[in-house]
Amino acid sequence: MNEFIQHIINGISMGAIYALIALGYTMVYGILQFINFAHADIYMVGAFASYYLARFFQLGEHPHWSWFFIALGLSTLVCALLGFAIEKIAYRPLRKSPKLNILITAIGVSLFLEYAGQLLFGVDPKLFPPLLTESVLFSIGGINVMSLDVIILGISILAMFVLHRVVYHSKLGKAMRAVSQNSTVAAMLGISIDRVISFTFILGSSLAGIAAVLVGMRYPKIEPMMGMLMGTKAFVAAVLGGIGSLPGAVLGGLIMGLSEEMVVGYLQSTYRDALSFGILIVILIFKPTGLLGTKRIEKV
Amino acid sequence: MNPVLELEDLHVHYGSIHALKGVSLKVFAGEIVSLIGANGAGKTTTLRALSGIVPCRGRISMNSKEIQTLPSHQRVRLGLAQSPEGRGVFPLMTVEENLDMGAFIYSDKEQINQDRDFCFTLFPRLKERRSQLAGTLSGGEQQMVAISRALMARPQVLLLDEPSLGLAPLIVAQIFEIVKHLNELKKMSILLVEQNARMALKFSHRAYVMETGKITLSGNAADLLSDDSIRRSYLGH
Repeated sequence: MNEFIQHIINGISMGAIYALIALGYTMVYGILQFINFAHADIYMVGAFASYYLARFFQLGEHPHWSWFFIALGLSTLVCALLGFAIEKIAYRPLRKSPKLNILITAIGVSLFLEYAGQLLFGVDPKLFPPLLTESVLFSIGGINVMSLDVIILGISILAMFVLHRVVYHSKLGKAMRAVSQNSTVAAMLGISIDRVISFTFILGSSLAGIAAVLVGMRYPKIEPMMGMLMGTKAFVAAVLGGIGSLPGAVLGGLIMGLSEEMVVGYLQSTYRDALSFGILIVILIFKPTGLLGTKRIEKV
Repeated sequence: MNPVLELEDLHVHYGSIHALKGVSLKVFAGEIVSLIGANGAGKTTTLRALSGIVPCRGRISMNSKEIQTLPSHQRVRLGLAQSPEGRGVFPLMTVEENLDMGAFIYSDKEQINQDRDFCFTLFPRLKERRSQLAGTLSGGEQQMVAISRALMARPQVLLLDEPSLGLAPLIVAQIFEIVKHLNELKKMSILLVEQNARMALKFSHRAYVMETGKITLSGNAADLLSDDSIRRSYLGH
């Protein structure tokens, strides 16, 4: 029983991270109806940004809260800027061309970031320095609740709460929803579609930046290709929840994290990565719209 | 007197289809002008070109300022708002959020609230449904949302595309009364696109008749209503 609860805790904390990244996929899809394959590579760049910051100031030697937040801030900022730039340089000129062009471009940008990363950061994995000292926060009946899990969960919940406030209560957030529901009419009402799209990329990429630091602390091995697997899993989480749906992305992320943890705990850890693809296949066959997704009518 | 809105020699192409072939029309301050014609005559295309949704050749001017090169979202700021064909409400947003989107270009809360209250006095039904998702409303109610949303932009010229489409006759009459009321009360200029020619002519000052991308006839609405060829082609007897 204790072991089970331990797995649940681990699963939720990993699921929260998947959710953060899945939100980026789903938001961009909601607005532009395409998958930004470069999203997970933005996350990789965020991880390296905070890695170099930590190395430069030798943060790993004296972990402290303030450093953690500075790293988080830097990673978020770098990712936001990168997401903004990618949209502006690579995707915007293709806005009026067929969807396939922009999709292929996204794969191109993804490959570009991965291999540019190998060139700049080197191919060897780097050790992400501990920004905080890991400790047992409390234990109940033999279950150790680690401070890191609580921090990951806390920061993720906070980020999602802020996102929710922005999307549902801010003017630009409402404009985002309007654009995703009917962009032609939104433009007629004075909403600048370009601004809304930029905003969406900034928001989604910021979440990837937060996830980057959290993952770095949990699995402190980072390398330029790290986005690939993470991206696939977060993408599956987004599809599982229903692509385009924000609550769906969170739900999908949590299911993903929990089921992976159960596979590792009770089956075999080698099946862990196969699971996400299995889920994707099952979802695409039986419920392509995902758990919380709605069927949208493709307009010509 | 200069017109508030003027279109000169407007051309629109959809691929190889020449949809508008030199449309010219004027709307003066305080006028209701209707654009009538059969399906596919280019009425909606004219409004889409006006709002900058489709690219066009020719000249569009608002208060003598040329606007044809401006992107859609900037035209609203010059006083041109549209209630589009098919209503185009945001289905997953509440009635109130839909109206707020109409006031997107403004940030003066007080005036926005006043405008919203004004819409609610025009359409009390919307007040009852203010927190309901717009996608769950009936066609007539969605039309009310679309018109109110355009009003929230405080237009000088209101563009209405087929406000009667698919609605029960009683609701159509109600909506036309409100259009007339807006015009009289707020001195708002209105360009109305309609297939329901009889209704449109009854409520307009002037009208233009469109046929396959061209204006074929124009004049006072009352004259057109009694014109023989119009009666035969558009009024059904």
